[in-house]
Amino acid sequence: MSFLTLDRTSHAKRGLLAPRKSPVLTVLMCLMLVYALLPLAWLVISSTKTQASLMDSFGLWFSGPFAFFDNIKDTLTYDDGIFIRWLGNTLLYVVAGAGGATLLATLGGYGLAKYQFPGKRAVFAIVLGAIAVPGTALAVPTFLMFSKIGLTNTVWAIIIPSLISPFGLYLIWVYAVESVPTELLEAARVDGAGELRTFFTISVRLLAPGIVTVALFSVVAVWNNYFLPLIMLNDPKLFPLTIGLQQWNQQATGVGSDPIFNLVITGSLLTIVPIMVIFLFLQRYWQSGLAAGSVKQ
Amino acid sequence: MTTTAVAPTTTAPAVPAEKRRAPRDWRGWLFVGPFLAVFAATFLAPVLYSVYLSLFRHQLIGGDVFVGLDNYTQAFGDAKFRDGAVRVLIFLIVQVPIMLGLALVAALAIDSRRLAGLAIFRLGIFLPYAVPGVVAVLMWGFMYNDRMGLVGNINDLFGSAWLKPFSQTWILPSVGNIVTWEFMGYNMLIFYSALRTIPEELYEAAALDGASQFGIVRNVKIPALRGAIVIATIFSIIGSFQLFNEPNILRPLAPGLITTYYTPNMYAYNLSFFGQQVNYAATVAIVMGIVTAVIAYVVQLRGNRQEQR
Repeated sequence: MSFLTLDRTSHAKRGLLAPRKSPVLTVLMCLMLVYALLPLAWLVISSTKTQASLMDSFGLWFSGPFAFFDNIKDTLTYDDGIFIRWLGNTLLYVVAGAGGATLLATLGGYGLAKYQFPGKRAVFAIVLGAIAVPGTALAVPTFLMFSKIGLTNTVWAIIIPSLISPFGLYLIWVYAVESVPTELLEAARVDGAGELRTFFTISVRLLAPGIVTVALFSVVAVWNNYFLPLIMLNDPKLFPLTIGLQQWNQQATGVGSDPIFNLVITGSLLTIVPIMVIFLFLQRYWQSGLAAGSVKQ
Repeated sequence: MTTTAVAPTTTAPAVPAEKRRAPRDWRGWLFVGPFLAVFAATFLAPVLYSVYLSLFRHQLIGGDVFVGLDNYTQAFGDAKFRDGAVRVLIFLIVQVPIMLGLALVAALAIDSRRLAGLAIFRLGIFLPYAVPGVVAVLMWGFMYNDRMGLVGNINDLFGSAWLKPFSQTWILPSVGNIVTWEFMGYNMLIFYSALRTIPEELYEAAALDGASQFGIVRNVKIPALRGAIVIATIFSIIGSFQLFNEPNILRPLAPGLITTYYTPNMYAYNLSFFGQQVNYAATVAIVMGIVTAVIAYVVQLRGNRQEQR
């Protein structure tokens, strides 16, 4: 909510330029908002329907018996509660993968910003080049290598590739240059504090908004990861939510299938709610973090 | 993007900034080392291993044989590979400008302050970014269904059957719509963040010159957005070339319309996974990586040149 106030202050500052509200622009933006929110509204409404009323009612309005809580219960208990297992797997991958990625990016970005060391330029060039390499481009090569060394179909096949976030490192580097005064580090050195001690007691606090931004985007990346687990895992007990949901969907559309579309829909809703809640609660952090990144472009 | 580290400006005049900085020694590696070690294992090693694989071919007699660049020659003459590559090229020429155009309009509209309820627009339009690709495709896939989905409802309403997302003509635009929906808000936020960094004085100067709103957009805002637009274009081009999630998840919903080589990434996936042709799969992945890097580089070069003009 702090962004409302931020808008208001700069609005006042731009007072002499403040234009009138434009109805045309407002209508245009409302259309975009409807486009963005329509599928989500459809998902919420559909999650209240039974399998039967899903098939024969208008998609954007409630119909038939209110089956929302039954659907949640069925989703969580179907196939001996495999959905809960997938949720647990996803949490493991997020905590280990995104947590590790945030730690490595924070240490590395800080090191690049605050130290002069041999090989720094080379490190920098490599990392900047790597920002442009998307995860999907690496999935097949990583799969080929991991299957050679027998790492496929283990949790490590998901966690290890998630540990690297070149964009996160770049963001922390930019952020550290701006927000950690070199004088403060000098003072700590004079007081005899070690480099790691200084980092964990002083610098981490100053870097907090940047760290939250990197953590958030790493969490989203791992939570939403699809290609990597799809290619690496074939044991349903190791699946994250994304792969599990897709498997349910395939099972519902195949020949001689068990139509569980209501579970696919309710499961989808349960999958996106945690991420949305995190985004809404932490918006102050990630919006300022993104702004810091865009200054340097 | 800047390529050199910028030292924070210090106001103390007695000691030169250079000397106040930490001396050049190996302590920095304490911090950068762990990242680089994992980076080497997860980025460099798979790429190098794939390059190595792409130089061999598995034969029934004699096992793996070194074949030089034969796999690459095969890839360039491969009709399936070309089919996928042309498709993602068409996709990017149409979809990327639409998505970035919408994102730009949204960012400018929110920045113009001519709207009521700014925070709702900014958050609402961004929200789809937080939806996992799998869920986005499942949702749209259901809605696309012309019997039980929303499209079916619309067709019933008008008593027609002209809306057919799952048809030969419309399947690619249907994929494009999903990708646009997923990433429009994210790009809007990137543009909006860049617009917020424009100094107030520029607007005041423009107002004193009697510039119109449209003039300010054209002469102040768009030039200030150039860097952000280049970055967003590069990432969108890369995303298009690496297209995989959306068509692969739609495949069971649209039987017969999406082939196993619909995009180069799907081709590489199916080759390595179901076709057991790891050497050729590695070749396809490497070729697409190189093509993507070259195009991203050209866009960046062009963007920078225009900036200097």
